[in-house]
Amino acid sequence: MQALTSRAKPVDRKPMTFLEKLYVWSIFKGMMITLRHLFKKKATISYPEEKRPFSPVFRGLHILNRDEEGRERCTACGLCALACPAEAITMEAAERLPGEENLYREEKYAAKYEINMLRCIFCGLCEEACPKDAVYLSETFAPSNYQRKGFIYGKQDLLIPNPKDNPGEYWKAVGNRKANKEQSN
Amino acid sequence: MSATEHILIVVGVLFVLLNIAAGLIWVERRLLALWQDRLGPNRAGPLGVLIVLADTLKLFFKEDWIPPFADKWVFILAPAIVVGSVLLSFVVIPFAPGIVVADLNIGILFFLAMSSLGVYSIVLGGWASNNKYALLGALRGASQMIAYEVFMGLSLMGVVMLSGSFNLGDIVAAQQNLWFVVTQPVGFVIFFIAGIAETHRLPFDIPEAESELIAGYHAEYSGMKFGMFFIGEYLGITLISAMIVTLFFGGWLGPAFLPPLAWFVIKLFFFIGLFILLRASLPRPRYDQLISYGWKIILAIVLANLLITGAIALWLRG
Repeated sequence: MQALTSRAKPVDRKPMTFLEKLYVWSIFKGMMITLRHLFKKKATISYPEEKRPFSPVFRGLHILNRDEEGRERCTACGLCALACPAEAITMEAAERLPGEENLYREEKYAAKYEINMLRCIFCGLCEEACPKDAVYLSETFAPSNYQRKGFIYGKQDLLIPNPKDNPGEYWKAVGNRKANKEQSN
Repeated sequence: MSATEHILIVVGVLFVLLNIAAGLIWVERRLLALWQDRLGPNRAGPLGVLIVLADTLKLFFKEDWIPPFADKWVFILAPAIVVGSVLLSFVVIPFAPGIVVADLNIGILFFLAMSSLGVYSIVLGGWASNNKYALLGALRGASQMIAYEVFMGLSLMGVVMLSGSFNLGDIVAAQQNLWFVVTQPVGFVIFFIAGIAETHRLPFDIPEAESELIAGYHAEYSGMKFGMFFIGEYLGITLISAMIVTLFFGGWLGPAFLPPLAWFVIKLFFFIGLFILLRASLPRPRYDQLISYGWKIILAIVLANLLITGAIALWLRG
């Protein structure tokens, strides 16, 4: 009969001899194979010390961005909340008062900005919807929490450090993802 | 030997054995992991050895549940038998010259008797649980024990013929020039196979068979009663390894740069490692395959081995 594929191999179906029925030699060979795995590279990633490398387009927790002078970019326009398929984003707008020009970039700002990380599907549509370059998905992934309300991230969790006071922390929070994105644009 | 010395030996042996049995939890989990390209428990304490403590504490905090449908007193008795019978077998093993709890002149027979008692814990545990899986496990355990007990004894007779004694100390002394593994290789392999069956380790763990019998005879056990079965299994591994070392690998004998006890422990841990390596490598055979392997193949070989050994021993004596 013609073989269906070129990879077909004839199988030896001879009845086992007495020595083969003892299995001792085959078991010994099997044990040697197991023993060899002692020296192989381990698949484990020791998580908190070692992190799995992510692809450059990995979408993690959100950040709320600031401009070069450290002012919040978000104007509470609500486009991100509108774009969000999971309805995870809520916000409340407020008017900028005189003397707050160093805090907020435009006349209107988000007094409250919350993302429910349990609802969020990390699709990144908010990032695409944002006309002010304010919301970004970073590389950090959702940490654990003991309570559901701990997963509702407010402004204090999302807003990144001020680039003027703390440039190192700022660039760390911005992460590689945004940098990569800007390079490709 | 004075009474104080004797008590010291008894307490020392018991202490060391229980610690080895507990430590094997860590050894087995680490080795299995390394052989499966993982790291295994490495967080608690140096290299993860405190996993032993964590595991034991966990077992103590679990509810010690006796099912209402179980036969209460037998249910409690069963896990005690397994540990008790294995610990009793250790009585005759000479760890080093002078370090033996009871230097019986029928050492091997005592070992065989005590290690066979272990099957009562499986049968009684499975029966008292009043659970069909447990009962099936117990039945398998009993029939496996009958099959493998036969040639466990027979495989040792070659050693007894060559050394001319049932006393384990004398058997070790008889290996001064040549270990019995050289003159009795078949006996060694068969004793090893029977030993695995005796301790119900993979590939002979059909009484518990997680995938078919959901843990078999100890399916209903929890808390420290389950822990006793667990410790009993590790003590059993240690016992069989110690017997292999004593009977076939010259016990405490070895070059003089290390003390005799050190040689014994090194050899002991080599065979414990072999037990774990077997577990890491082999699948569990079907129940009928296992029994027919025992009765149809091993029994024939062990009888032939006995015949040939006997003939040669007679011929050598003239």
